[in-house]
Amino acid sequence: MKDLRDNFRLYLLCIALSLRGQMQYRASFFLYSLGQFVAIGIEFIGLWALFHRFGNLKGWTLAEVALLYGMANVAFSIADTFGRGFDTFSGLVKNGEFDRLLTRPRPTTLMVAAREFPAMRIGRLLQGAIVLVWAAIALQVHWTIPKIFLLVGAIIGGACTFIGLFVLQATLCFWTIESLEIVNAVTYGGTLTAQYPMTIYRPWFRYFFTFVIPLACLNYIPVSALLDRQATLGVPEAFPYFAPFIGVLFLLMSLRVWKFGERKYCSTGS
Amino acid sequence: MKAYFALFSARFRMLLQYRAAAIAGFGTQLAFGLILVMILEAFYRSGNAEQPLTQAQAVTYTWLGQAFLGMLPYTANPDPEVRDMIRSGAVAYELALPLDLYTLWYARAIASRSAPTLLRCFPLLFVAYLFLGMTLPPSLASGAAFLVSLLAALFLVSAFSVLITVSLMWTVSGDGIARLLPSLVFLCCGLIIPLPLFPDWAQGILNILPFRGMADAPFRLYLGHLPPGDVFAIVAHQLLWTLAFVLLGKWLVGLGSRRLVVQGG
Repeated sequence: MKDLRDNFRLYLLCIALSLRGQMQYRASFFLYSLGQFVAIGIEFIGLWALFHRFGNLKGWTLAEVALLYGMANVAFSIADTFGRGFDTFSGLVKNGEFDRLLTRPRPTTLMVAAREFPAMRIGRLLQGAIVLVWAAIALQVHWTIPKIFLLVGAIIGGACTFIGLFVLQATLCFWTIESLEIVNAVTYGGTLTAQYPMTIYRPWFRYFFTFVIPLACLNYIPVSALLDRQATLGVPEAFPYFAPFIGVLFLLMSLRVWKFGERKYCSTGS
Repeated sequence: MKAYFALFSARFRMLLQYRAAAIAGFGTQLAFGLILVMILEAFYRSGNAEQPLTQAQAVTYTWLGQAFLGMLPYTANPDPEVRDMIRSGAVAYELALPLDLYTLWYARAIASRSAPTLLRCFPLLFVAYLFLGMTLPPSLASGAAFLVSLLAALFLVSAFSVLITVSLMWTVSGDGIARLLPSLVFLCCGLIIPLPLFPDWAQGILNILPFRGMADAPFRLYLGHLPPGDVFAIVAHQLLWTLAFVLLGKWLVGLGSRRLVVQGG
């Protein structure tokens, strides 16, 4: 337990250092955040235009889909900030830098995660949050404690799932060395997928993002409960409240797989 | 002229070597195309009014977009080597060459926008046509018009991506404005959603802007959504904007190299 607290303190220290470093380039930080904020905002115009043209999406209104959209983007930006070190992990394996991490008396996951903390991702976070707030106001959600729990829990669980995906992507590097671009289809593609109600997709695709990668449990299902809609995936009523734990579980499982991969690691020698 | 062409062809052949990257891109674009197509299909099933683009046309449009995605300047840093040159100061060597810097970069840009796309587009088009609902052009004339305007699009896109590169002479880090441009281009050229699906009042503005010439106009020629006879007007629109970008780029390069401080070391 003491170890855990100690490691956690070290992690916070690394993040604080990284933040201080980034704040030395204030103009760059500001411009990057603004750039990302507007860039992601431009994507939302596409969504708006589709609703302008078609009126609804399988009975969902723009505000309802915007709720999904906002949650997916907030969750992803949190994951992108905390899990960035895993996303760029292939560089460490390629140049042999990972060997050095192995010699240190700390968990490798901690050191990889603490390596990068791009606070600039706040641009996407802000954009997602604004869409989220707008959607919540437009929908006139009647907020109760369970509903707030659903919203916050789903976002945290979603972020855990995305971090878990980054960890799995990095784990693959133990075998492939090169980072596999195809994994982007699951991470970035997953964000795109989670922005829409799961029921619009073909069954095999829906099952993949429900049972293999539990994104539906962290977006579509809790949001349906939040909006008092019948989730058509046929889940029990209490299920959405357990959903956040599925995300945490997914992350823990990914870390397990990481441990396994680490044991198979064979240095490139460079 | 010969020197620039040699530069282009050397770069072009070099970029054709990156076959593994092309395969990786193929998988990613296939996945994204599939998601986008499913989303569009769901919208089409939801609205029952007559749309300016049929569902089958929208699907083909989306696949064309994924196949030729690599042609568009989709990153804030369309030519990493030139950026490194500007950062490291090696750009001074380029300036010392008895060549025009702008034309040099333009030739490089044409190669970087065409070679990787050429590698990627055929497998994707093939799979999309066989299994994923993409259709062939309705007539030979439509197909030919598509190819002609796609070539003009290449010149237009390259001229535009040089402008992004040139902007690095001022901002160096490439953050901010250069990061906004790609998503603006994506929205206005039809890569996020097909342009005809935008509200009718927006069509007039989109028609004037240069971006539709980068993807939307060639795609609609392919679909027969625009008659093949329109190709002349479209290519004229594309080349006019290309000329404007080239002139602006040349002027900026001149301005930039006069105030350029070479980062030593």
